[in-house]
Amino acid sequence: MLHASHLSFAYRAGAARVIDDVSVTVAAGDLIGILGPNGSGKTTLLKMLSGTLAPSAGAIDFEHRPLAAWTRRDLARRIALVPQETHAPFDFTVLDIVLMGRYPHLGTFTLEGPADLAIARQALASTGTSAFEDRPFATLSGGEKQRVVIASALAQSPALLLLDEPTASLDLGHQLDVQLLLAGLNRDRGVTMVLSTHDLNFAAALCRHLILLHDGHVVAQGPTEDVLTPDTVRVLYGVDADVHRHPIAGHLTVTPLARVP
Amino acid sequence: MPLIRRRLIVTLAGFGLLLLAALVAGPLIGSTHISLAKVFDRSIPFADNTDAQIFFIARLPRVLAAALVGAALATAGVVFQALLRNPLATPDTLGVSSGAALGAMLAITFHFDFAFAGIASIPLASFAGSIGALGIVYALASARRRGLSTIVLLLAGVTMTAFFQALILFTQYLADFADTFRTVRWLMGTLDVGSYAPILAALPIVLVAFAMLSTLPRSLDLISLGADAAAARGVNVVAAERMALASASLATGAAVSLAGPVGFIGLVVPHLVRLIVGSDHRLVLPASALFGAAFLIACDAIARTVWSSGELPVGIVTALIGGPFFLWLLVRK
Repeated sequence: MLHASHLSFAYRAGAARVIDDVSVTVAAGDLIGILGPNGSGKTTLLKMLSGTLAPSAGAIDFEHRPLAAWTRRDLARRIALVPQETHAPFDFTVLDIVLMGRYPHLGTFTLEGPADLAIARQALASTGTSAFEDRPFATLSGGEKQRVVIASALAQSPALLLLDEPTASLDLGHQLDVQLLLAGLNRDRGVTMVLSTHDLNFAAALCRHLILLHDGHVVAQGPTEDVLTPDTVRVLYGVDADVHRHPIAGHLTVTPLARVP
Repeated sequence: MPLIRRRLIVTLAGFGLLLLAALVAGPLIGSTHISLAKVFDRSIPFADNTDAQIFFIARLPRVLAAALVGAALATAGVVFQALLRNPLATPDTLGVSSGAALGAMLAITFHFDFAFAGIASIPLASFAGSIGALGIVYALASARRRGLSTIVLLLAGVTMTAFFQALILFTQYLADFADTFRTVRWLMGTLDVGSYAPILAALPIVLVAFAMLSTLPRSLDLISLGADAAAARGVNVVAAERMALASASLATGAAVSLAGPVGFIGLVVPHLVRLIVGSDHRLVLPASALFGAAFLIACDAIARTVWSSGELPVGIVTALIGGPFFLWLLVRK
């Protein structure tokens, strides 16, 4: 579906590379997590995959066409990006926000019709946010906002969903809500996903593949079971950790033990 | 919630009727009572029909100027608020108004004596000033990266406003007594345009600005949520921001060159409109244009009648209403 080869990015020519020679392949139905410490380039990589940031070097093909050859509008019909945080300076309602996801499907002077409204309502339903469609977005809690923004991205009817730290600043209950929501969307509706996160256990529970980034380089990438090891955790975060399979949940869990001196 | 199409029709009809009422009532209000029946009584020759003369010569140009200026400033306010992601931004925030004021000050003080296509030097100079100010602020905000830096735009605008104010004071210091009086009166903002010619000169600029804006409301919705979020939804952010900035500045420049810096319209009107129609820019933009026009007609009617010994500059009326309103907005939540 998407193939990125030898991506590099620097904010200015000659400046340090935020992303350095990263290659990523995303196949339809994948659920890929990007892990790495603060400043490792996760957000930059996601922005490049979404086409909103042009790489300084390297090439990205999406559905057998260079990403740069897509118009913004065409691309937004196929790829949606959920940013880390969404702040609305005006009193948009939840339904307003979700309907904005229909933007790439409408012409400049076309207004949404009943079909668009139905798609928006379905996105609300599948994220469990139907109950507050008329509430002002700004009055929602962090977890509710995140689910509404995911609904807005789903209203784009994307084939590929990119999420930038979807559980940052959410409490345990809301983290689990988002985890189950994303797992369900991937399993039941076949939405391909690439997400970045700081939460190793969340990534281990959800993602089948991982990309581990450090200082813009790929430390390791591949199936979660192969890639998430005490060694890679030490390289990434400077932490000695215990990694083993959880007896009940069945996925890997990471418990930090000591700071590497 | 009903579909946007229905909400748009209801909004346009409601605010359109309000403007129509203001356009009819506005010229009837004033120190001399006139009768609408007599104004349109074709059996009396125009030369003998004082009511018609007052209506068409003294008051209607002023009411139309109020409508044009009010619509332009209110719309520009909406656009600047979305662009800067700040509901307290106004057409003055980016220095466009003070640039226009400086242009007018220079034209008055140094007796610029040129005209272009029948437009006098003062509106020409103030329009040039507004475009010059925009050019400087835009160059600063886009210097460091592709696209606009909102924070640089805001800071550069505030700084340019202060700098232009200093230049305005400097210009006034150089001016003689009579010119100083004229410049001070100009800075108060007045709709006493005198004839239809200045309105016809400003009208095409405002219409071009509105035509550009008509392509933008949905993009502004998304840009208000953040440039990256908007880009990911398919908005061509750089092009949309450029278009929004240019059109709002054209509208502001045309309005200020016609009436001087009439303040607070771009703040009061969009906020009142949002209380009624919500925040969707497809409703807020046209509703603000219609309501801004009606609102400034009403303010000017107050300005013309509240003071028994003469007419107040309308800028004083809008500031007296707008200042407390602004403070109320700040503490409301």
